[in-house]
Amino acid sequence: MQYKSQAVAMPYFIAAIGLFVGQIIFGLIMGLQYVVGDFLFPEIPFNVARMVHTNLLIVWLLFGFMGAAYYLVPEETETELYSPKLALILFWVFLVAGALTVLGYLFVPYATLAQATGNDLLATMGREFLEQPLPTKLGIVVVALAFLFNISMTMLKGRKTAISMVLLLGLWGLAIFFLFSFYNPHNLVKDKFYWWFVVHLWVEGVWELILAALLAFVLIKVTGVDREVIEKWLYVIITLALVTGIIGTGHHYYWIGAPEYWQWWGSIFSALEPIPFFAMTVFAFNMVNRRRREHPNKAAVLWALGTGVMAFLGAGVWGFLHTLAPVNFYTHGTQITAAHGHMAFYGAYVMVVITIISYAMPLLRGRAANSEKAQVLEMWSFWLMTIAMVFITLFLTAAGILQVWLQRVSDTPMSFMTAQDQVALFYWMREWAGVVFFIGLLTYLASFFVKGEAKAVAS
Amino acid sequence: MSGIFSKAMARNIFYGGTVFFFLLFLALVYDTERELPTRDNRQNLSAEVIAGKKIWETRNCIGCHSLLGEGAYFAPELGNVYPRRGPEFIKAWMQSQPTGAPGRRQMPNFHLSDEELDNLVAFLKYSSEINTANWPPNIEG
Ligand code: HEC
Ligand code: HEM
Ligand code: HEM
Ligand SMILES: [Fe+2]
Repeated sequence: MQYKSQAVAMPYFIAAIGLFVGQIIFGLIMGLQYVVGDFLFPEIPFNVARMVHTNLLIVWLLFGFMGAAYYLVPEETETELYSPKLALILFWVFLVAGALTVLGYLFVPYATLAQATGNDLLATMGREFLEQPLPTKLGIVVVALAFLFNISMTMLKGRKTAISMVLLLGLWGLAIFFLFSFYNPHNLVKDKFYWWFVVHLWVEGVWELILAALLAFVLIKVTGVDREVIEKWLYVIITLALVTGIIGTGHHYYWIGAPEYWQWWGSIFSALEPIPFFAMTVFAFNMVNRRRREHPNKAAVLWALGTGVMAFLGAGVWGFLHTLAPVNFYTHGTQITAAHGHMAFYGAYVMVVITIISYAMPLLRGRAANSEKAQVLEMWSFWLMTIAMVFITLFLTAAGILQVWLQRVSDTPMSFMTAQDQVALFYWMREWAGVVFFIGLLTYLASFFVKGEAKAVAS
Repeated sequence: MSGIFSKAMARNIFYGGTVFFFLLFLALVYDTERELPTRDNRQNLSAEVIAGKKIWETRNCIGCHSLLGEGAYFAPELGNVYPRRGPEFIKAWMQSQPTGAPGRRQMPNFHLSDEELDNLVAFLKYSSEINTANWPPNIEG
């Protein structure tokens, strides 16, 4: 750690990991409800577990991004953070707001929660991923703006590198597109149309800038490859991402009442979206192969390479699988979507956050890398979680293909619930793969507590 | 990727490309807004439908169901439940939940009044009349 103020990243990383554990517990609850329908009913209905699962995911990834920015920006700009104190205050505000929101989901009926939190003033709740009560949404905006102020002020007084500029651009984009969550027209088609300005333009737009910047930062550090080379790659990747991804939004506009030309625009541009993810994989392997030093943190290198590969598989391959309009006509809103959503989120955003944590956490704890023993355990957790996620995806894909066949392609289509019964075996297997994922996650936690001979103190 | 292709060139292509495709996207969005009135069934956005949408949202139906294929995949698609089941079935269904059938997926009872049920049904009817380019493939959703 080169700058004192980088230390504020630590609580962000710890909170991220803690909430990740919560997310997975609720994932397992839902996975069981898929096959044992009355499990925990009426205490935790499926929709409540789902809100907790997905909102915890978003919140912990945001914690991860913020922590990453607090760690990265001082080092890139070669100056202390504008206000470490503000960063710490925001940490607590965000954590308390997040915890209260989750408790609200769990213990207050949703309609009551809506009424109590001003949804009658401005109705924004009850839409997928944007379920948060109005005060939480406003809180997110306030925290995001104060965070961006802090980071932007730091940038202004220091060195401006491509990596930090791209990161900042991504973070500003994240905040700006979130503003569409306040727009909820009565017209369902318009509601859905602009809802994707948050969801799609996040994960297939501005978040990709954050992803690429974080990956580039860690690759510079662990490979020692020339900054000029890495930053050129960075620009090429994000160019590809936005050129394909912005109009690629059209792959969500096929069947929601938008004009039918979106079937062409969406299919063509989103079919190209895998290219930047492929470039990221090539980039990561290329840089590691051309490395100028052997960084003692092997685990961080593994996570960085894994991010490239898994993001390409989850977003690129599984995205392409169902993105062409004639295919999507059959797969839209099935388990195929869930399969892709899981591997893409894991491969791209979960893994990049773990990459930066893996790289930065030992440094924040005063060593270049963890002990051999701790790293071996961390690498075990990498393989357990990653392989489990591959199997979750494969089982959901199998369930999805059968679902499409039985319910949508067949001349004598089955009803939704009958078709679900037919594929229950795959849901059971998904749940078992989920248990392995959870074991992997616990292994990851354990790796933080393993002692042993630490690698030399870092500069 | 070395030699003549410099970092500055890569950066300029990034900014230029992004601005160009973002503007193209905005143009398409603008055109979409002009076309929507012919497709989105806005002429039927009555006070009942608007109230029904709010009930839909504040009960978080989307946390189990999909609507026009978006949402959760735990329970049936409801974008076409109106033609599939009809208004009376939907109201009776809402009132008879949960089924309590052992091991079967459960839906809560939301204790909606008759008026609220009518609004909800109006919303589901309106949704089913949006021009979705013939999606879903069949009535099962
Ligand atoms: C906790 C999950 C959950 C929530 C929340 C939920 N549902 Fe359901 N719903 C289900 C399940 C599961 C079924 C299928 C049950 C069965 O077949 O036994 C279902 C079935 C239905 C059906 C019958 C569909 C058909 O084709 O037969 C309708 C209509 C319906 N729900 C409407 C709603 C509405 C409206 C809301 C919101 C006010 C809602 N549901 C909220 C789980 C849920
Ligand atoms: C890391 C990047 C990505 C993430 C995190 C991601 C995540 C998701 C998620 C969560 C959904 C479900 C949304 C919902 O609930 O309705 C979804 C849908 C979809 N994604 Fe992605 N995605 C990514 C990249 C891609 C790419 C690159 C493609 C295309 C090549 C793609 C194609 C699609 C399509 C077509 C759908 C709609 C599925 C449907 O019709 O039901 N995604 N994505
Ligand atoms: C133990 C492992 C997990 C299990 C059993 C699990 C289970 C589930 C279930 C049952 C759903 C709801 C599907 C539906 O709507 O019907 C869901 C949704 C979702 N989960 Fe998980 N999950 C797990 C891990 C994860 C992880 C690690 C991530 C992030 C990388 C994740 C991200 C998501 C997302 C984004 C959605 C919304 C998907 C969509 O709308 O397509 N889950 N999960
Ligand atoms: Fe998308």
